[in-house]
Amino acid sequence: MAIGGAVTTGRKARWALVDVIVVVYALFPVLWIVSLSFKSKETLSDGNFIPREWTFQNYADIFATNEFIRPLINSLGISIIATLIAVILGMMAAYAIARLDFPGKKLLVGISLLIAMFPQISLVTPLFNIERELGLFDTWPGLILPYITFALPLAIYTLSAFFREIPWELEKAAKMDGATPGQAFRRVIAPLAAPGVFTTAILVFIFCWNDFLFAISLTSTEASRTVPAALSFFTGTSQFEDPTGTISAAAVVITIPIILFVLFFQRRIVAGLTSGAVKG
Amino acid sequence: MAEIVLDKVTKRYPDGALAVSEMDIEIADGEFVILVGPSGCGKSTALNMIAGLEDISSGELRIDGARANEKAPKDRDIAMVFQSYALYPHMSVRENMAFPLRLAKVDDATVRSKVEEAAAILDLTQHLDRKPSNLSGGQRQRVAMGRAIVRSPKAFLMDEPLSNLDAKLRGQMRTSVSKLQRQLGTTTVYVTHDQTEAMTLGDRVVVLRGGIVQQIGSPQFLYDHPANLFVAGFIGSPSMNFVPATLEDGSLKTPLGTITLTDRVRRLAEAADAPREVVAGIRPEHFEDAALMEESHRQGGSTFTATVDVLESMGAEKYAYFTVEEELATTAELEELAADAGATDVPGTGSAIVTRLSASSEAREGQPLDVWFDPDRIQLFDPANGTNLTYSG
Repeated sequence: MAIGGAVTTGRKARWALVDVIVVVYALFPVLWIVSLSFKSKETLSDGNFIPREWTFQNYADIFATNEFIRPLINSLGISIIATLIAVILGMMAAYAIARLDFPGKKLLVGISLLIAMFPQISLVTPLFNIERELGLFDTWPGLILPYITFALPLAIYTLSAFFREIPWELEKAAKMDGATPGQAFRRVIAPLAAPGVFTTAILVFIFCWNDFLFAISLTSTEASRTVPAALSFFTGTSQFEDPTGTISAAAVVITIPIILFVLFFQRRIVAGLTSGAVKG
Repeated sequence: MAEIVLDKVTKRYPDGALAVSEMDIEIADGEFVILVGPSGCGKSTALNMIAGLEDISSGELRIDGARANEKAPKDRDIAMVFQSYALYPHMSVRENMAFPLRLAKVDDATVRSKVEEAAAILDLTQHLDRKPSNLSGGQRQRVAMGRAIVRSPKAFLMDEPLSNLDAKLRGQMRTSVSKLQRQLGTTTVYVTHDQTEAMTLGDRVVVLRGGIVQQIGSPQFLYDHPANLFVAGFIGSPSMNFVPATLEDGSLKTPLGTITLTDRVRRLAEAADAPREVVAGIRPEHFEDAALMEESHRQGGSTFTATVDVLESMGAEKYAYFTVEEELATTAELEELAADAGATDVPGTGSAIVTRLSASSEAREGQPLDVWFDPDRIQLFDPANGTNLTYSG
């Protein structure tokens, strides 16, 4: 008994140590930014992890100008719209890939994989030219469209894995119960795929929210500039002033929606939602 | 309620595999028909074609006299119970059972009363607000049944609905399925690989092998008059014993000794133009411990003596297993049956004669025993094509 207890305690301690290392490693840069955002201009570079004097001035500053609020609205709007469209299209494509046998299925999967692997930087110049010609440059659709393109492969892959998990017999049962294919999808398959849909939505949203490359290349004004791009245009009150404090504050603020998004949907991602459908 | 007619219905897959070949079945209104056969015999494919879940390659399916080949499942008004139950896990029991009615746009009050009526029949009333994941296997099975009966369809299709239940529950559910069907009087097509279910449930049984109908008839008729070796081996548990035999001047030379055929059997065999080499089949229950037979009765039959290999006492009866000197009869049909029963995985089980004796038999393992059997019960089969040479249907 004593030996068993010792082993358990030892193992627990080892796990705790590993956990702490991982968490510190992952969170340290974030905490550092949080710390910077609460420092006053004078103490910014004093090297203390815990600010000697706490101030909310940086937060007050970023919300005082349109320089941050407008990009925040752009970011939210563009990311949410792109996520919605990508997830809906991805659901349809993933369902087809998981359930139907159609000519060119392998090709479709291959191409979507190819898009995911394509180096995005090589597309920036062509996209820039195309969007200027089409009048999409520096507009919301100008960012939403490329985001959908690059989020779709991710969405299709994640969702088709979830669709494959849903017993096919449920769909047959729905058909026998008098459902059209559309009704079977909406009322039986889609609700069961919900955890997958939310997971995918989170991943796609984070992808759109964090994008810097397209945001900086395909926008020029506050009409469509998103937060990651806007951050790089932050200046101090004078050109000699270092905007580190305000950038940190903005970085903290834009992390919050992601945390909220994940926390909100996490409860929905319950494992074993399909349990009880079929035997076992 | 409806009659269902399969007229030369064939299913051929795109890769050329023939799953069901020219199946002709007429199912009368209110009849309970069992499709039975080993795995891969096409019984589930046939059921799916009736349901509309699989296309019919050729032939015609008629429900209530109207061609239904091209009808979508939802337009056939048929309910199906799946082997896996296929309950909707995100819906409560009530919602699961109400689902077909909701799709049919039935008003709320009617849905409520119909669901509660079905729940009462199936003893599910206190579970109506639970989710399928919180139900036991038997309860889930009943919910699946409830979803089928709630909208009073023209017919029920059941695809091995009891095979996921444990043995005791299966027995109980078998009785309640049978009772339910009689109560509702709905045409039912029931697929199973379990010959016990086939024997006990159906009005008529359709035995399938390799997509071809072997025989259609009442359970008792199939048991008494199997059309061929396959049906003979499939129906009955434990299955019929088969030994190679030689017909010579009205007597039969078998590993169990030379048997004088009764007039009835001899006439049937002659009428069927039986070859010299045949397969003789006799059911385990047609043997008896000779010591228990009255002398007068004993005269009418044949007796052989062999050493009991294994004795299984079931309480009400005893199963005695003997090994015969010569090889047992083997044909393609019998090999398929053996493979389906898993006998090929267990060495040595294939070559034994099984006999069912009275519980009062004093047979002992390792001891020789006189075993009596009635030669009139012997059935002879053509080893070339499996036809029953003594068929008298």
